[in-house]
Amino acid sequence: MADSPLWMIWPGNAALSALIWFVIAMPFLYAARTPVHGLLRSLGALAGGPLRLAARSLLATARDLRERNRAVLLAQGREESEERIAREFERVAALVKRDLEGYPALQRRLLDEITRVEEDYRKCGEVPPPPPEWVEAVAAVAKIKPNGNELVQHLLEEINISIKAIHDKALAEYRRSYQARHKILDGFMPFWRSLDKTLAQADRKMTNLADRAAAIDAQMERYEAVVKKTDKAEHALTVSALTQFFIASLVLAIAAGGALINFKLIALPMSEMVGAGDYLTASLRTSEVAALVIIFVEATMGLFLMETLRITHLFPRIHSLPENMRKRMLWASFVLLLILAGIEAALALMRDMLIADKQALLQSLAATQAQAADGWLTGIPTAGQMLLGFILPFALAFVAIPLESFINSARTVGGAALVVLARAAGVMLRVAGNFFRQLSKVLITLYDIVIVLPLLVERLAKSARTPAVRGGRADLKVGERP
Amino acid sequence: MRRRTFLLSVPLLGLAQALGCTDPRSHSHAVYLLVDTSGTYAQEVDKAQVIVNYLLGSLQPGDSLAVARVRSRSFSEKDIIAKATFDQRPSQANAQKRLFKDQIAAFTANARGSVNTDITGGLIQGALFLNETGAGKKTILIFSDMQEELDRSTVRSFPIDLKDIRVVAVNVVKLRTDNIDPRRYLGRLEDWQKRVEAAGAREWRVINDLEHLDALLKS
Repeated sequence: MADSPLWMIWPGNAALSALIWFVIAMPFLYAARTPVHGLLRSLGALAGGPLRLAARSLLATARDLRERNRAVLLAQGREESEERIAREFERVAALVKRDLEGYPALQRRLLDEITRVEEDYRKCGEVPPPPPEWVEAVAAVAKIKPNGNELVQHLLEEINISIKAIHDKALAEYRRSYQARHKILDGFMPFWRSLDKTLAQADRKMTNLADRAAAIDAQMERYEAVVKKTDKAEHALTVSALTQFFIASLVLAIAAGGALINFKLIALPMSEMVGAGDYLTASLRTSEVAALVIIFVEATMGLFLMETLRITHLFPRIHSLPENMRKRMLWASFVLLLILAGIEAALALMRDMLIADKQALLQSLAATQAQAADGWLTGIPTAGQMLLGFILPFALAFVAIPLESFINSARTVGGAALVVLARAAGVMLRVAGNFFRQLSKVLITLYDIVIVLPLLVERLAKSARTPAVRGGRADLKVGERP
Repeated sequence: MRRRTFLLSVPLLGLAQALGCTDPRSHSHAVYLLVDTSGTYAQEVDKAQVIVNYLLGSLQPGDSLAVARVRSRSFSEKDIIAKATFDQRPSQANAQKRLFKDQIAAFTANARGSVNTDITGGLIQGALFLNETGAGKKTILIFSDMQEELDRSTVRSFPIDLKDIRVVAVNVVKLRTDNIDPRRYLGRLEDWQKRVEAAGAREWRVINDLEHLDALLKS
């Protein structure tokens, strides 16, 4: 008995003790019902209210963000479409200038050729001269009937002989004339071919122009959709930005690999220039930082080169420079890039020499015989390293293009991601807020279940006091006040 | 004019900042190798060449290396056979290493044994050398059987200072008496460990297998 805890009214029987305590506590719980209900409701509101408020605020922010993203995206799309249309017009202008500038000459050539063909055709149309008038005389003579007169017979024979001779001559002349016309027709062929070729050329140029016009039409349709701010245009622009983002990220990752190789090439020889024992941080050598700086300077020069070539548009100030200043800047960045590439090639050579020197030292320390090196075979890696050292800076210069795409598309992708995050957080907070509100209701119901006996007594007492309304309030739930 | 001055000052400021924000702590490693040339251990001196070669192959530009012999009295600069702080430029450092190797080769070819063995004197000299280098990591390698033998007039029975220095005993061969009673060998090593640790050394280590020299410079 002495071992039982203080709260155990019935020693050795915890369940019974707890039941007794419960019965004792029940009137007090019943008495405290209203304030406890209020407390639970307040707690639910206290927890759920701010959460719902935060959820509403986040959802509103997400809406604003989406609107802003949409505005930025459409503005970007509009600008991009304008640029594309302008470029298409430039192409058309170039096409017209290149192809149709020579159109008068082409037309003149065509007309000349047609005139020549016509002349030749006219020549072909020239028929042999008609038979002379004496043919009619011959016909009259031929009508003379032979009457056995020798003179007439002789005359006719003579005429026959003469006519045969004349016939042969006329036939020969006729044939000659046809031969000449055939020759003229033969001469037609090159002109026909030339005419055909010229017409095909003109047709091709016209087709090119038609293609460009079709491209302009497509761009114009897209531009109109962007200007009208249609959902389709927004969706297309978002998808395009996402694609650009992933492609640019991939290319940048590849460029980072190139930069790493570049770094490996020049980090060791840089220690020959700035020393190998200086450290910027606990693990970062000054020579490594110097190598990184050289690579970054190369990338920057490449960036300026691309800007001054007007391939990228990251710096508006460069684009607004006067033409001669822009050209000066272009040459300056190119020359600097060239010098840096030369330095890298030299450093790559030095790296090879340093490694060979170190290898020779280690071999002498290990007392092993140095392997006889084949001259041109060992020269291949050296030449390869030098070439790589020279090429990589120029290759890195092109990073500016994916970098621009990455920066431009990152705004859209980042904005879309932020909207999704804000929405998700808003929904989560809303769910949490509702959970706390519902939890307070559940706790109120549980509380009433615990004190169900006093509530039943209360209900019976009230029913006995007001018998008239007993039937009418039969639907009243346990714990509910009338 | 003012614009030109500004354009010139930008790279100079960047350079000054880059020079100013370097890590002031020393990252170099200084190693002092004591080579015991006394008594029967003088036969082992050829193996010291192997250790020196390993060190020359492992130490970086900017690191320091000194090799000194242990004789009857070793607390003297005269006992330093060769010392060098390698140049920051790798090519120059390699040239220095070649020269160092030749100096050690000449020493091992003409090494003569001494009567007594003053390891403590060598340790004090080594600690002085290492502290003078200002290196961030300091290591004393003792190529010896760790059997100290001093003449009557030499005084070494006082506490020494080896603060922040790693002490590594290399190729601690067993003496004939150790073979009779191994406790002598173990006791000798234990005594040295206690003494070195009492002197404030950062680490005490024994490496007998010369095939695993990579632990020489690793703490």
